[in-house]
Amino acid sequence: MDVMPKWAEVTLVPLISLVLAAALSAIVILAIGENPWAALKLMVSGALGSTYGWGYTIYYATNFIFTGLAVSIAFQARMFNIGGEGQALVGGLGVALVLLYLPFPHWSIALIASAAGAALFGAAWAFVPAILQAKRGSHIVITTIMFNFIAASLLNYMLVGPIKAPGQEPATSKFPETTRLPSFQDMFSTADTVLFRGTPANITFFVGILACFVLWLLIWRTRLGYELRAFGHSESAAKYAGISPTKIIVVSMLISGGLAGMMAINNVQGEAERLVLNAVEGAGFIGIAVALMGRSHPVGVFLAALLFGFLYQGGAELALWTGIPRELIVVIQALVILFTGALDNMVRMPLEKVFLSMRRPPKPDRKSTTARTAE
Amino acid sequence: MDLNTLIQMLDATVRLATPLLLACLAGLFSERAGIFDIGLEGKMLAAAFLSAAIASVTGQVYLGLLAGVGASLLLSAIHGVASITFRGNQLISGVAINFLAAGLTVVIAQSWFRQGGRTPQLSGDGRFETITLPFAETLSGVPVLGPIYAELISGHSILVYVAFLAVPLTWWLLFRTRFGLRLRAVGENPAAVDTAGVSVIGLRFAAVGICGILCGLAGAYLATGLQTSFTKDMTSGRGYIALAALIFAKWRPWYALYACLLFGFLQVIPLRPDLITNTLGLRLNGQLLEALPYILTVVILAGFVGKAIPPRAGGTPYVKER
Amino acid sequence: MTEPAIELKGISKAFGPVQANKDINIRVMPGTIHGIIGENGAGKSTLMSILYGFYKADKGEIFVGGKKTVIPDSQAAIAAGIGMVFQHFKLVENFTVLENVVLGAEDSAMLKPSLARARRELKALAEEYELNVDPDSMIQDIGVGMQQRVEILKALYRGADILILDEPTGVLTPAEADHLFRILEGLKLEGKTIILITHKLREIMDITDTVSVMRRGEMTATVKTSETSPAELAELMVGRKVLLRIEKSAPTLGEVILDVKDLNVTDSKGVHRLKNINLQIRAGEILGIAGVAGNGQSELLEVLGGYQEATGTITLRERKIDLTGAGSDGQSRRRRGIAHVPEDRQREGLIMDYHAWENVAFGYHHDDRYRKGLLMDNAAIKADTADKMKRFDVRPPDPELTARNFSGGNQQKIVLAREIERNPDLLLVGQPTRGVDIGAIEFIHEQIVALRDQGKAILLVSVELEEILALSDRVAVMFDGQIMGERLPAETDEKELGLLMAGMTDLPEDKPVHQAVEEKLAHAGTGDGRGV
Repeated sequence: MDVMPKWAEVTLVPLISLVLAAALSAIVILAIGENPWAALKLMVSGALGSTYGWGYTIYYATNFIFTGLAVSIAFQARMFNIGGEGQALVGGLGVALVLLYLPFPHWSIALIASAAGAALFGAAWAFVPAILQAKRGSHIVITTIMFNFIAASLLNYMLVGPIKAPGQEPATSKFPETTRLPSFQDMFSTADTVLFRGTPANITFFVGILACFVLWLLIWRTRLGYELRAFGHSESAAKYAGISPTKIIVVSMLISGGLAGMMAINNVQGEAERLVLNAVEGAGFIGIAVALMGRSHPVGVFLAALLFGFLYQGGAELALWTGIPRELIVVIQALVILFTGALDNMVRMPLEKVFLSMRRPPKPDRKSTTARTAE
Repeated sequence: MDLNTLIQMLDATVRLATPLLLACLAGLFSERAGIFDIGLEGKMLAAAFLSAAIASVTGQVYLGLLAGVGASLLLSAIHGVASITFRGNQLISGVAINFLAAGLTVVIAQSWFRQGGRTPQLSGDGRFETITLPFAETLSGVPVLGPIYAELISGHSILVYVAFLAVPLTWWLLFRTRFGLRLRAVGENPAAVDTAGVSVIGLRFAAVGICGILCGLAGAYLATGLQTSFTKDMTSGRGYIALAALIFAKWRPWYALYACLLFGFLQVIPLRPDLITNTLGLRLNGQLLEALPYILTVVILAGFVGKAIPPRAGGTPYVKER
Repeated sequence: MTEPAIELKGISKAFGPVQANKDINIRVMPGTIHGIIGENGAGKSTLMSILYGFYKADKGEIFVGGKKTVIPDSQAAIAAGIGMVFQHFKLVENFTVLENVVLGAEDSAMLKPSLARARRELKALAEEYELNVDPDSMIQDIGVGMQQRVEILKALYRGADILILDEPTGVLTPAEADHLFRILEGLKLEGKTIILITHKLREIMDITDTVSVMRRGEMTATVKTSETSPAELAELMVGRKVLLRIEKSAPTLGEVILDVKDLNVTDSKGVHRLKNINLQIRAGEILGIAGVAGNGQSELLEVLGGYQEATGTITLRERKIDLTGAGSDGQSRRRRGIAHVPEDRQREGLIMDYHAWENVAFGYHHDDRYRKGLLMDNAAIKADTADKMKRFDVRPPDPELTARNFSGGNQQKIVLAREIERNPDLLLVGQPTRGVDIGAIEFIHEQIVALRDQGKAILLVSVELEEILALSDRVAVMFDGQIMGERLPAETDEKELGLLMAGMTDLPEDKPVHQAVEEKLAHAGTGDGRGV
């Protein structure tokens, strides 16, 4: 029986989970001798208090939109893609290869090409785990985690060898000027007022919004999305209906890998403008928290990505001005995943009891099946 | 390759296999009872940190060991409550625990020791010293068997011996005791156990607890036996490799031993790339060697080494049918 | 005046908003076989699960042998001498019989002595009650009938005086069921008390001494079996006069629609599930496939439905159907005009968390009528759903409700509406009335016959012999992946069909029927209990 109305399921459960995660984080902050309230104020001012803060918050949020969408689409098909980190790394490789070795007259064309390259490489990195799950039953959680490690080694190898720029650093050369994406500073400043000065937020944010919309259409309005969700609910039913499990597993993971790969447009092309080591820095994992908080829905993912962008930038400010290290963000991320993903029944069960007690006495039996039953 | 080098490599293999073996046995108990545990990594990491921290502060490695096991048990409890009591998604719980450990260990380490997220170096009673078995010196002169006994078998720290002893102990517990019968049953058909009047929840929590203890030993060994301090993310995927070894071993204790030794060996190879060049005549890239354990894990999971059937009720929460 | 073996007073139990048991009172006298009958969902299993400590009642008291007893868990029930054989067996498949019997009743922490003692006891029990099993065989290797015996032995090993059996004959052939009843009679003579839960009127009439009738969570009556009749019991079950047979005219047969030749299926474990199946169905004909679950009927449906590979030849309206590779999937089948009401509506026919309208498009989501350009036309699907719900009297007629929120009968009607209104040439129907209340059963039977009268071919698979005999124009019996024989319903009876279902084409002359059946089953493949 649907005990909780849909709106409660979608907003209350994540909200309460967030509150619980925040409360526990506050305890951790207290335990290491810092002031949680001061920390919160510092986070808010550092992340949201100025266009400078917003510039970073939106930049990080953009990363998380892509990785969050990536995890979401796989989740809809019941696939737990933990490989976003590796797929984003390899996506970065795709971006670098496209931008370094192909000439582009204008950034808009470069953007389309790099998006394609990023998506292609990211999808390719998700392909092997996908096909192994589909054909051999290999657990996709473990294989994608392994591919994260392998991706790190691969990037390592590429950046000290084949695509390394001359010099000491394990990094590529800077991408050509014509491929430079417009930043928020470029887009929103006027001659008199400079906004978002020096921040990395760029046009990829809007690409992210577009991706949210396209994914929403895909999941709820197309036949592929219908099949994906059906398979995610019940593999046996999907087989009955003639939906191929292999096709769904592979396609969902390819789209997922592609989205994760596209994160690289934001950080590799939009910010660094070259490929460096460890470019992803945990954004793939944060995508998991974002997808869970956002209930695997593009709108939820967008909002959760903004939230985590705030947490990430706020966390950076904290690390700068207090003794709280950046890893606190990982703790918050873990708590969010724990409460929204694994302990959601702990939140849901008391809520259901509340709604049940508020219910009016049961209506006449709705289980009768014919009008002919004489009472 | 001469005998000496071989013994050296096997010696290193045994040391590197120990944390894998302990984690693998931990996973074995949990999964045989039907609880899928992907959080072995996080538990090991937490144990590594706390054992190193307490050992450093007290100067007593056994206190550190106790603390490490305690940390791992705490995370086990969280996983147990989430998976058993609240019937949550076991994969997500495990992933969350891994992140929790990764973040908290650095945050606390930094706040406590102010060394950028690591703990101070351990020495003396603060770490597990190697143990020389009786007669090792005198026997070392004996050809072939002497060095094997003196170098390979003797001269490890206590947790290594504990790990190897844990294998027959696990086998005995699982297959010769009432507890083991019930534990295996609860992973195959919890309803059978429930209707026989035995507590499914009790058995599963017991399994999760044993898992916590063994992971604690693994992590403590890592930081206070194999190495001499805790560093950020020092487990480097060992928890996942242990899972792959478990699947490779088809959830059987003795096979787990062989699987972990194999993976241990693979971790030794990048340390001696010259050996590969000398024996196989190939010059393999450093990054490729690093990635070998992970690649092998994928190969094993791809089932190219045989199909493995997991405990039937693994990963699904037990709900009385309605 | 003897104390009742079991007395329940005022037992009530609710699951969320659903009241499964309401103020139940019942007395079971010792040394009797007491039947509890009711439709699916009447609350019988819940009541017995409370007695066995599996659930806790919200209100009410339990008396065992006249003494008030609190039963908070199965351990207490076992201690009170109550044993239960569940409908879905609670056995560990890859343990031996011995290990299963001993599980939870071990003497000591060490296993070896417990197993030794259990072996001796088992031998004694087996001899006393004719419950022969091989203690070292693995559960997954023995047949369903023998698995059931293991369950009974489990209860007796723990010293049960009161034995509850929940729908025990669902997985047995008629001959095996007879043997079971003989065993129960034997137990009764020893002074044991038997409670038999069933929805089959015939069984109640055959072996029970007393019968209690449940309806919609309440106990409506308790009568002496000798003083009642099937018609009266049926009426008590449903609350009105019930049509026990459906009105059906003679069939008007047309051309051959489905022609199956030499169909063979080997499953993923290498077991030969279908062996050289040959059958034909004409337009306007219902072919009923009788048989105990697990003898290949499911595989037959799956091959025709497009999710099991096979070798052989199948033609539909004279055109071949692909059995492997592209073109052998469920979508291709649907395009060819085969519709399928699957055996398990919750696991296959419906996506329980999809709305009713999403379920109406399930399997047909590529249909042009449901599309608008690249996207799906949700409005069109919803409108179609509302229409179907009206025509098939689905309650409540709300397309937005998720499938989970409909009763079993209404869920089945949604599936039926979806498949029938495709106007298929061939309709596959598996267990159409499992878990469905009597009112819906009548409706569903009428719909199937109506489709047949429109000139369609129908393949009906059911474990309920009565249903097969009532609906089919021709009956084929499957056993161990083969068709044992075909009969016309008017020219056969349950006894003959029962023999065929057990793989026997002749009555054995030298030994009792049930023994011959057992031997046959032991040699053949085993049912995998899938259809339970």
